[in-house]
Amino acid sequence: MKVDRRDFIKTSGMFAAGSMVLPPFVQSCQNVQISADVKSYLDHFEVTTEMLQKVIATAMSKGGDYADLFFEHKITNSLALEDGKVNRAYSNIDFGVGIRVLKGDQTGFAYSENIALDDMLNAAKMAANIANSSSNFNAADYNEKLPANYYKISKKWEDVSVKDKVPFVQKVNDKIFGLDEKVIKVNAGMSDESSYVMFYNSEGRLTHDYRPMISFYAVCVMQDGEQIENAYSARSVRRGFEWLTDDLVDELANEAVEKTNLLFKAGKPKAGEMPVVLGAGGSGILLHEAIGHTFEADFNRKGTSIFSDKLNKKVAENFINIIDDGTLPNDRGAINIDDEGNDVQKTYLVKDGILNSYLHDRISAKYYGVEPTGNGRRESFRHMPLPRMRSTYMENGPHTTEEIFAAVDYGVYVDNFSNGEVKIGAGDFTFFVKSGYIIENGKLTTPIKDINIVGNGPQALADISMAANDYKNDSGTWTCGKDGQSVPVTLGLPTVLVKKMTVGGTNA
Amino acid sequence: MTKEEKYTLAKWAMNHALENGAQEVSVNISNNQSSSIEVREEKIDKLEQALQSNLSIRLFVDKKYSSHSTSRLNKEDLARFIEEAIEGTKYLSEDEFRTLPDPELYYKGDGPDLGSLDKNFGNVDPEEKIQAAFAAEKEILGSNERIISVSSSYYDGLNERVMVNSNGFEGDTANSYFGLYTNVSVKGDGDARPEFGWGETAIKYNELKKTGTGTTALKRALDKIGAKKIESGTMPMIVENRVVSRIFSPLMNALDGSAIQQKNSFLIDKLGEKVASEKLTLTDDPFIIGGRGSRLFDGEGIATKKRSVFEKGVLKRYYIDTYYGKKLEMEPNSGATTNLVFETGDKDLDALITSVKKGIFVTGFNGGNSNGSTGDFSYGIEGFLVENGEIVKPVTEMNITGNMKTLWANVGEIGNDVREDSSWRTPSILFNDVDFSGL
Repeated sequence: MKVDRRDFIKTSGMFAAGSMVLPPFVQSCQNVQISADVKSYLDHFEVTTEMLQKVIATAMSKGGDYADLFFEHKITNSLALEDGKVNRAYSNIDFGVGIRVLKGDQTGFAYSENIALDDMLNAAKMAANIANSSSNFNAADYNEKLPANYYKISKKWEDVSVKDKVPFVQKVNDKIFGLDEKVIKVNAGMSDESSYVMFYNSEGRLTHDYRPMISFYAVCVMQDGEQIENAYSARSVRRGFEWLTDDLVDELANEAVEKTNLLFKAGKPKAGEMPVVLGAGGSGILLHEAIGHTFEADFNRKGTSIFSDKLNKKVAENFINIIDDGTLPNDRGAINIDDEGNDVQKTYLVKDGILNSYLHDRISAKYYGVEPTGNGRRESFRHMPLPRMRSTYMENGPHTTEEIFAAVDYGVYVDNFSNGEVKIGAGDFTFFVKSGYIIENGKLTTPIKDINIVGNGPQALADISMAANDYKNDSGTWTCGKDGQSVPVTLGLPTVLVKKMTVGGTNA
Repeated sequence: MTKEEKYTLAKWAMNHALENGAQEVSVNISNNQSSSIEVREEKIDKLEQALQSNLSIRLFVDKKYSSHSTSRLNKEDLARFIEEAIEGTKYLSEDEFRTLPDPELYYKGDGPDLGSLDKNFGNVDPEEKIQAAFAAEKEILGSNERIISVSSSYYDGLNERVMVNSNGFEGDTANSYFGLYTNVSVKGDGDARPEFGWGETAIKYNELKKTGTGTTALKRALDKIGAKKIESGTMPMIVENRVVSRIFSPLMNALDGSAIQQKNSFLIDKLGEKVASEKLTLTDDPFIIGGRGSRLFDGEGIATKKRSVFEKGVLKRYYIDTYYGKKLEMEPNSGATTNLVFETGDKDLDALITSVKKGIFVTGFNGGNSNGSTGDFSYGIEGFLVENGEIVKPVTEMNITGNMKTLWANVGEIGNDVREDSSWRTPSILFNDVDFSGL
């Protein structure tokens, strides 16, 4: 079988006939024992194990303690619809290797977009400069690490022609226009991503991952008299082409129309502190902002997180278990290996109300003397890894939603969000509510929209007084930013009651 | 890549697309180099170097449109990349509004040097950069027992770009930046660890202020100790010049051609009408020497021009690019802001604070958002309570909520403390009657 290796790198997926996939069998060009699978990744990146060793040796040449190479080839294709037609497309190809050298907790980092040996050696020399002594590096034997497989798919996006994707985007437009005569505009689109990752480090670990991702969204704009409102629906998962169905189109269209309609009746609550009931699902943004970031161990290692002194201490009611999980099947936040080549896991941040673990990368795990939790992630080969979240959620609690609503005299119910933020040291976090309801005497009354809610992490965590048994994961297009790096995440929550937070509103 | 090499490759890619089925093409090739050094506890914590190249291409094929980018710049890869992109574009729907700009509007060359580049970019001694970061940390390290962590960074970068359009445009830009930043965390009340980061930036290395980031960051972190929410209420709000952009950007977004055409703006059909306080007079000026947003042509190649945006609260322009200009039947006038210049009042920040009987001086935002189509907003804030013209105590964990149209109609005073280290040259601004939520 003759395979033109370079085809893998060029293919954009835009091509109608589809493209090449990884070759199942390729001739070995060295005598190290490695599997066909790893071999195919080496070929994909046009490197040999000898080259990897040379680059690592150069990276370690100034006396570094550790070095790793992160190869990445990512193909992104997007389609979008405006004014009734799928009339624009975008594609991007990213290809290169990031080279990192550690000396204690110090990091040297450089990358190269060319994978010729000389280019990689130049980048390795730059990264090596974090250390300034002489090398005592002895090359390690290879230990090939088979990655987990949390995202099985049938049809890769690289094999799907643009012409097979266009109809789904068109259908969501047509469906939304058909649902409500107030609709004046629809924006819709999808973006798919195929990412090949290969990892090698100075300890000899050689591993790889194939990461598919698809995001599909619809924005609905409606007009009623003078008033114009818009809302959107979106899904994002690590799945293949088989995920696109007419049912999904209906689901997105219905949700976008429903959410937009709600806004025409919505107002603002009173300003001030009040009980907040968070609906199951996307309300997990509370955990992401209030707790998740402040549990990232780089902040705690430096003592800059408000939770820095709280390990093994009680931080919440006994029934509260909060998890950060990289293993959820086909989840947007799942990864088969983290970006430091480590296994991922289901990590309990809070277990039975007690702070159980921070989120670690290699540097912080070493600092705390624990095993890495598989949270070392990076935006791309151009960035160094940091402790980052994956899917952050709370397990079911002992209450029912009826009990929770019954406990509120005046407060708000929120279940639709757009964004949030946190100040790590002060612990103040916010999340922006696109829509929800006022609760009066245990009942949902007036809809509300466009308000910010602000709280303080440790206080809000301690103030979660009830949690229901209706946990839901939210598969929206959540993207988390930190130090200028974006990574995909998800979140989830059962319905919970936070005794009080400050709700944006009017004072009239 | 040299500029000539970028032009050669860009023209080759353009011609390859024209030969393979595209009728119009625009190609951008950019090189970005950057380096950063972060120090902590008198050691280098992170050392990063980057050299990035990218080609992006906009294709107009049989009245259909797509755009593509890649970091794989060898001709063999690019040829296939472009051919496949053209093939794929054919499966999209036609869009009659997609064309390159009218060549009449293109920048024709011979513009002034806008001072965007340090011609000595590559000549700064790397050791001097490292020492600048250490010196910033040293300003405050060990100077106060409340300090938990200090980190200081030096960073610089150079962006170079060429653009060619198939209907007769060629242009190139180059800009440099240098920066120094210090972040400090301090022990606050209880478990809180207030932090503050302060940075200095410059286009030219010799103009970078090398001192003060540490002491400023520390002072401002210490000032935040004990911050608490106060009672909800409707009060005047002074927003510091550094952070005004958070509430100013929704106003600018509302002027964007795509927002107007897609009905996602609260200022549709408002040209020539008074939409804000008459204290708001704003000019878009692309020609300020050393301005961070200065440029001779925009992202499409259209020559830039000094234009009025608001005049005494009256809306004078939208931001219209070629595509939305065709859709809206309006003249394109460039789709992006350059330098935004406020007509200032006569009060500096201190005088603004002195003028307030009871209100809040906002020095930072925390999350929040604004609804593009209605202008409804709500943002988390932190800052200081002002009483009888004096700063009384720090506040945090509060929200402001309202509507952009009302907020900008309620401008009480535009300060004269314009920041010049940003393309949006914002002063501090006093707004009346803002809804704060706290206790």
